[in-house]
Amino acid sequence: MNGMIGDIVGSARDSLATFGRMMMFLGRLLAATPAAVLRPRLVVHQIYNAGALSLLIIMTCGLFVGMVLALLGYDLLSRVASEDILGAGAALALTKQLGPVLTALLFAGRAGSALASELGLMRATDQLAAMEMMAVDPLRRVALPRFLGGVLAMPLLTAIFIAIAIFGVQLVGVQQVKIDPGSFWSQMRSAVELADIYEGLIKGTVFGIACSLIAVYEGYNAAPTAEGIGRATTRTVVVSSVATLILNFILTAFML
Amino acid sequence: MVVVRGLHFSINGRVIFSGIDLNVRRGSVTAIMGPSGTGKTTLLRMMTGQQRPDSGNVEVDGQDVGALGRTQLLDLRRRMGMLFQNGALLTDFDVFENVAFPLREHTRLPERLIRHIVLTKLQTVGLRGAAQLMPAELSGGMARRVALARAMVMDPRLLVYDEPFAGLDPISMGVVLRLIRQTNDALGITSIIVSHDVQEICSVADTIYLLSDGSIAAAGTPQDLNGSDAQIVRQFMQGLPDGPVPFHYPAPDYHGQLLERAP
Repeated sequence: MNGMIGDIVGSARDSLATFGRMMMFLGRLLAATPAAVLRPRLVVHQIYNAGALSLLIIMTCGLFVGMVLALLGYDLLSRVASEDILGAGAALALTKQLGPVLTALLFAGRAGSALASELGLMRATDQLAAMEMMAVDPLRRVALPRFLGGVLAMPLLTAIFIAIAIFGVQLVGVQQVKIDPGSFWSQMRSAVELADIYEGLIKGTVFGIACSLIAVYEGYNAAPTAEGIGRATTRTVVVSSVATLILNFILTAFML
Repeated sequence: MVVVRGLHFSINGRVIFSGIDLNVRRGSVTAIMGPSGTGKTTLLRMMTGQQRPDSGNVEVDGQDVGALGRTQLLDLRRRMGMLFQNGALLTDFDVFENVAFPLREHTRLPERLIRHIVLTKLQTVGLRGAAQLMPAELSGGMARRVALARAMVMDPRLLVYDEPFAGLDPISMGVVLRLIRQTNDALGITSIIVSHDVQEICSVADTIYLLSDGSIAAAGTPQDLNGSDAQIVRQFMQGLPDGPVPFHYPAPDYHGQLLERAP
């Protein structure tokens, strides 16, 4: 029993130490951020890598999430004869919760894992050490553009996910189960306020910061072995997913 | 150019250096040799500030490397070039961009001049024709030559080579040997080479330091070491299996272990 408690305490202490190191890493990234403004091409390239290359998976998932939400919502609302508010309900759920959270989970799985493994491989093959020896700070040259690229791409991906998902809701709600389109769109417009859209985008940005930081930190500090890269990639996806869900609860509690 | 004084270093209780002193003259080619696992690469890493000693100090160009802050260390490294054991080329860039990388990062030279410098360096290592190839398309020896061109592109004052001859065919090896010597003499730079290749090192080095058991076992010109009567020097220089340096890593009795039942 004592051993188990000791393990739990040790594990909590390790997690806290990792969190502290991650915050220090974030501090170094933020301190170096003004330098990135002078080289926007590096950041734009990473927005392409993290954002444009994730578009297909984001759009596909957005469409199917929207369609499933519509089916489920219609089934539920038709029992209380309130199908007309399907558009409003689905749009609110997608904008405030599902959009940012699911985009972040997909981002962690696609772009986050790619970032971590790329940086881990650079560490294992001495590319980061070679940069240091060329008097180039790899944190500024490699880690920072990737971090900023992820942070900037996430809100854009969130917005695209929400838009495509609403299109999916409309496909099922209006085209398939024949809810009146005028009622569908007008209910949605009256229910969704600008503050709801801001909430979604703020969440997208916060999740973007968390997921990109975790991916860059894990990859940059990966053990220089095949196993080390694998562990960094797995930890990126797992920690990002858990962090997204915890942050979502905190942000929702504050924004209600 | 490089002065090492009283260097002590251990990893997990295993002593790597127990008081190393050495002096690398400006403009010389100095080789650091020794059996595997004696910390040659670690010593290079300490000279370049990638690792810090437990005690003692390493001075490069008059600056104590261990005491430098990050910015000062990066400044010092602008005057250094390093050839890594595996080349450490940037895998997302082609050969040309790999060699151009330090120029693009540290200078504002016009593109035409960068192209001229890079092609000159690639011509020197015989790979001008491979400028558009990606690192994955190069053999180990070619990657090493590209890395050498990259290490030289900023015309550093100190060039450190970690196993520069490993994986090179005899022609490339001859070229690299001449290149090290010529670059050193023509540009007045200082070269430090870590290598196992006794013959090649003897043909190019002015001074050789032989590391063994955490300290300098011998130091001198190649002629001094070739003529030495010290057992460890003779064993290493002549590649003898028997001598003070055991070939086998410490292990239990061979026959006993073979006859043991598997766990």
